[in-house]
Parts: sequence; structure tokens; C-alpha cells
Amino acid sequence: MIIEHCPKDSFGEQFKKMAKRINIVRSTIVPLNIENVDTDQIIPARFLKATSREGFGTNLFRDWRFINDDENQPKQEFVLNNKKYSGKILVTGKNFGCGSSREHAAWAIKDFGFDVVVSSFFADIFKNNALNNFLLPVTVSEKFLQKIFKAVEADPAIEIEVNLEKQMIKLLESPTGSSPRHWEPGEAREGPLGEAFEINSYKKTCLLNGYDDIDYLLNSKEDILKYENNLVSSL
Amino acid sequence: MSVTVNKELSRSFPSGARALTLFDKIWEKHIVKQIGGGPSVIYIDKHFIHEVTSPQAFNGLNKRGIKVFRPQQTVATADHNVPTLNQHLPIKEELSRKQVEALITNCAEHGVELYGLGHPFQGIVHVIGPELGITQPGMTIVCGDSHTSTHGAFGCIAFGIGTSEVEMVLATQCLLQAKPKLMRINVDGELNKGVVSKDIVLYILSKISASGATGHAVEFAGSAIRSLSMEARMTICNMSIEMGARCGLIAPDDTTFDYMKDRPQTPKGALWEASLAYWKTLYSDGNAIFDKEIFLKAEDIEPMITYGTNPGMGIGINDNIPTAESINETDKSGLSKSLAYMGLTEGTPIKGQKVDYVFIGSCTNSRIEDLRMVASFVKGKRKADDVEVWVVPGSKQVEKQAKEEGIDKVFEEAGFILRQPGCSACLGMNEDKIPAGKYCISTSNRNFEGRQGPGARTMLASPLTAAAAAITGKVVDVRELLVSELEPVEN
Repeated sequence: MIIEHCPKDSFGEQFKKMAKRINIVRSTIVPLNIENVDTDQIIPARFLKATSREGFGTNLFRDWRFINDDENQPKQEFVLNNKKYSGKILVTGKNFGCGSSREHAAWAIKDFGFDVVVSSFFADIFKNNALNNFLLPVTVSEKFLQKIFKAVEADPAIEIEVNLEKQMIKLLESPTGSSPRHWEPGEAREGPLGEAFEINSYKKTCLLNGYDDIDYLLNSKEDILKYENNLVSSL
Repeated sequence: MSVTVNKELSRSFPSGARALTLFDKIWEKHIVKQIGGGPSVIYIDKHFIHEVTSPQAFNGLNKRGIKVFRPQQTVATADHNVPTLNQHLPIKEELSRKQVEALITNCAEHGVELYGLGHPFQGIVHVIGPELGITQPGMTIVCGDSHTSTHGAFGCIAFGIGTSEVEMVLATQCLLQAKPKLMRINVDGELNKGVVSKDIVLYILSKISASGATGHAVEFAGSAIRSLSMEARMTICNMSIEMGARCGLIAPDDTTFDYMKDRPQTPKGALWEASLAYWKTLYSDGNAIFDKEIFLKAEDIEPMITYGTNPGMGIGINDNIPTAESINETDKSGLSKSLAYMGLTEGTPIKGQKVDYVFIGSCTNSRIEDLRMVASFVKGKRKADDVEVWVVPGSKQVEKQAKEEGIDKVFEEAGFILRQPGCSACLGMNEDKIPAGKYCISTSNRNFEGRQGPGARTMLASPLTAAAAAITGKVVDVRELLVSELEPVEN
């Protein structure tokens, strides 16, 4: 069995897409404090009929955003329609992206303008789809997730910094002057404002450098052919 | 329910001395290479594609100027957005038509076999794979559809992927995958009368929740699972994704081999014998260790139905809808949001709830056995006047078989509409939608908000419970209507 330790050399130079790479994202956040958000909500099936990857952001959370599918009737209580909240970081309840494998969900979130989604855990297929589209899924503890929700509720201008290289996520001092240390007196003050997150080293290399899995696989063709030949000869 | 969690796994014995799970045995055979600290390059034996999640993948190949690497290992069908009436006419809806046309063009350009509209093998991708014998034990199978887990019923590693991954498999016949954790769910004992495999899986979901198996490959085992037919096993593996599982699988046995024998694409003659010898090695070793193991008793399972907006929100047909006090803290907001959408009240019985539509179909329950089960119950009965009943067979083969057995006549006399094969009202991508606010008892797999159409209210249940609702116009315990054991429909 072949074990490679540094995937970097296995990507073709011609496929490096530096524009896509992701490292430090610092932004205000949009809190979607709902659990088990399925991909049918993120992008309803009736919008899956396109044959390109572009333009799905318009229909992100379509049926939660509009009454009777009418763009002139936004549901005011839904967070994406609340002018208080904006930013490149979507923070959501646990089991985000469950259900259908539709990659259109990741396309829609990215197209809408998010670079990072934070949750206490993600559905497996969604997580892969997000990573393949340079949308960074950051898994935090349930405790830290609740801390973020409370912080943004107290001060919508609060910012988060996600540092992929260091694998750290932290709440920053708010630009409006209030500090996250002040959003809840007592016990909350004692907890850390940051947390380390896990990501496998291969995917981290991909995101930091703008590499795609498909480039890696195409550059592994010799190994794949060897595998196929071994299969045939073992029959 | 009892649960065992193994924190310290001792799987790293020297090679040869290890006890392997069914998943391990298949996984290790498909590793092309491993990346230190990262995923493995996994070889994919069979790749199913359909019209909705493949066009962007083919566009990617065309942009790179490359062809499908192993076209003979890919099979295509049109299922997600096809109409289920008048399939001989051009598709009216323009965007759906364009997707189906793109599939035809892409398959032709890349030499991929297409069982499209009008083909005698057309049907829902997860129905046709097993039915044609394409799905075989020990394989790795992927498709741009989360219900690919269905194929695991044959003892294979089968999972849903996104479109970028569809492109990878088309280009290289491989995927980069991290090995999931392993879970085994054991269901032992005898099932109660009127309880079928759909009830088993809805029961499991109600116990472990819609995220209870996230990050895991789930093997289903135990005497109750072993006693099931292949169709029934497929229903269970199909919904393993609803627990968040990466895939579901069941060790192949004589039931599996009997089902497979002489299917169009299974091995024949000496190759069959050789394959059989290999397939018989595919089981979890007696002392194999799972990260988590769950034990359930078949006797505890009642006919099940969902009341909420995720498949984990299910109850026994005679139970009351849970109250906020009766469930744990974090699920409370989810409960009230779900019940508001469903127009149901906490603490009240679900039995007696009025039903407007009944949908019998989808990759979960549209196989010939499902249709037979419904027909044997419905024979001689008539649907309630104010209920609309759609039966959508999983494939042209199922449709043909149903007609040969006279099942179509039974449905006609009962006032059920037998439509043509496709995914239909499971996800409402074609015109088969449930109107806003209407209640639908559905044999499909997801009761998400808007899944069957904007505002549609879905209650998931078995084909039997759905058939009983069709006859009575409301949610009922099918056992109250069963006067004798179910009899097969005569020709």
C-alpha cells in the first residue's frame, strides 16, 4: 500500500487556483440558531434544475426567506432578512446540512457570500461538499457555539476570526466598543473566547493552497492504473 | 434500547490476527493509496448518475478536455424530475427537459449506458441497480444522491456524494475519503403482525435521532434483520442516511444470493460460483469491535408514523405526539417549530388525524414487494372519497411486473392511481407536489418542511399504514383492519 505524507507535490502546477485559497477570515456573523437544518431548506429541490454551478445564492433558504415564494414579501423574522446581521460567517445549530447530498446547498451558501459555516457538527456529505467548494466548515464545541449565539445576540457587530493555518476560531473585541467579555456577567466571563478546531491535514493543505481533490486524483492516475492491474491479475 | 460505546479500539493487531468488520473487509480491498493524516484514495466499482446532479460534473470534464475514465462502470437513468404521467410525450417543463436532454447528450458523448425515459430498464436509480443485478456484494458504489445507502443491503459500501465528487469519479474512478467510524445496530426477535421493515427503520430513527449515526458506517444485524427479504433490507439501508450515517450495510446471505441469481447483470456460470465463494466471506468476524453498538428488540416495535419535520420525529401509531416537557432541552425549539409547520398539537394522539394525500413510492418503498403488500391489503376495498392516492412504481420493471400480477387492476378498483416510474412526490421536483397545508401519508424517506411541495405536511409511514390511511381517510392502526394474515393477490 502506498502512503504519501505530503500531498503538495502530487498536484499539477497547472491546476493551482490561488484565487480560491482560504486562510484567515475575519467578519461579523449571521446567527441561524436552528438545529438539523437540512439541505432541502438550504436550497429547495425545485431550484436544482440548473446545469451550471452559478447563481444559487438568490434562492438560499428560499422558503424561510419569503412568504408564498414572493421576493416582495420577505419574512422579517428570518435572520437573512434582518438588517442587523451580515457577514461572511454563518453560525448554525448542530447537524447542519443533513438530508439530500445536493452540492447546490454549498454552492448557494458560498454564492450568497459566506466563506465559513460554524456549527457543533455537520452532516458528512455536506461537509465534503463544503470543503470541495472552499467553504470552510468549522466544528466547535456545543458550549462555544452557544457562547457565539449569546455574544451576537448581545451585540450584532461582534466579529469572529477564523484562522485556518492555526486552526483557531475566536470572538473578537467588538468594533462598536462593547467587548465580548461584557455580554454576559458571571460564569461566561471565565470561559475562553477562542477554541481550536480540527481539520485533517490534507484538506487544510488543499484549502490553504487552493488545491482541488480532482487535481490530486488526476495526478494519481499511475497509482490508479496500478491498482486496476493488480485487481485483474488477482482474479 | 441498550448501547455499548467502545472508546479504546483494539483493531491494530498485526495483519492476519485482526478481527474485521464487514465494512473493514470491503474498505481495505478498495484502498488505492493512503495520505498520511488524511483521507484514502478509494476505488469505486460502480457509479450511478442521474439528470440532476451530473450536468455540472460533465461540464467540468469538458472544460478540462477529458473523457469519462471508465464509462463501462457508470450507469445512468432519468428519475428525479421526470413526469409520472404520459412519459411518451416531451417533458413540458423546460428546465427539467433541458436537464434530461443534457444527460442524454453527456452519456452519448462519453459512452455511458443510459436507461432513459422509454427504456424498459428506466426507473429510480436505487431501484434499478439491485433489480438489474448491477449492485453486488463487496462493491464500492456511489451516486450523486444521498439514498445511495440503499445498495448497502447487498453488503457493499454505498454512499451519496456531491457533484464535485461525481466529477472526480467520472474522471478517475476514485474518491478521496476518510474512513468513517463503525456502528452496529442489532434488532433481534420477531416482528409484531402489521409491522414491516419501514417501521423498524422509523423506530431506530425515533430512538437515535436524525443525527444519531453521523460520521458512522452502520451495519444492521440481528435475527429480525436476517429474516427480512431483500426489498425490506433495502428500505432499512435506504434510510440509514436519515440517521446521518455515511452508509448502511447488511452482510449478504442466502436471501441475498437467491435474489441476485439470474438477474441481467449478475455473473453467470463459473464466474457466479467464484463470486459466490468471495461473497460468503463478507461478514463481520465474531470478535470484531465496533465504535458503537446498539441493541433493540423487534417485539417493542409498533407500526410507526412521523409527526414532525425530520425523520427522527416518529412515534408508535397509538402514541401521543410528544410534549415539550417529555423531550430533552435542546430539542424543544425544534419541536414547537415542527408542530407549528405541521399544524399538530403536542400531547394529542396522531391516530384519527385527517389525511388528504397518500403517496406510495420513492426509493424507500416502490419495489414490487411494496406494491404487492399494498395490493393484498387493499384488494376488494375502496379509498376514502376525499383522499387522493398516488402509487408510483420504482421502475419500468416493477410497473411491468405489477401489471402481470394484476396489481394494477386492484389499484384501479380501489381508486388508486398507478403512475409511471420516477422519484415523483418524494421531493416534488416534477409536477407531483402536495399542495400547501395538505396532509400526506408518504412511504418516502423525508418529512422536511416543503419536501413534497412548499407548505406540504408529510407523515412518513410504511406502505401498509399508508394503504390503511388511503382506505379510511385518516391515520389508523393498520392492525385494526387486518382481519386475517395478508394474502398474496391472485392473478
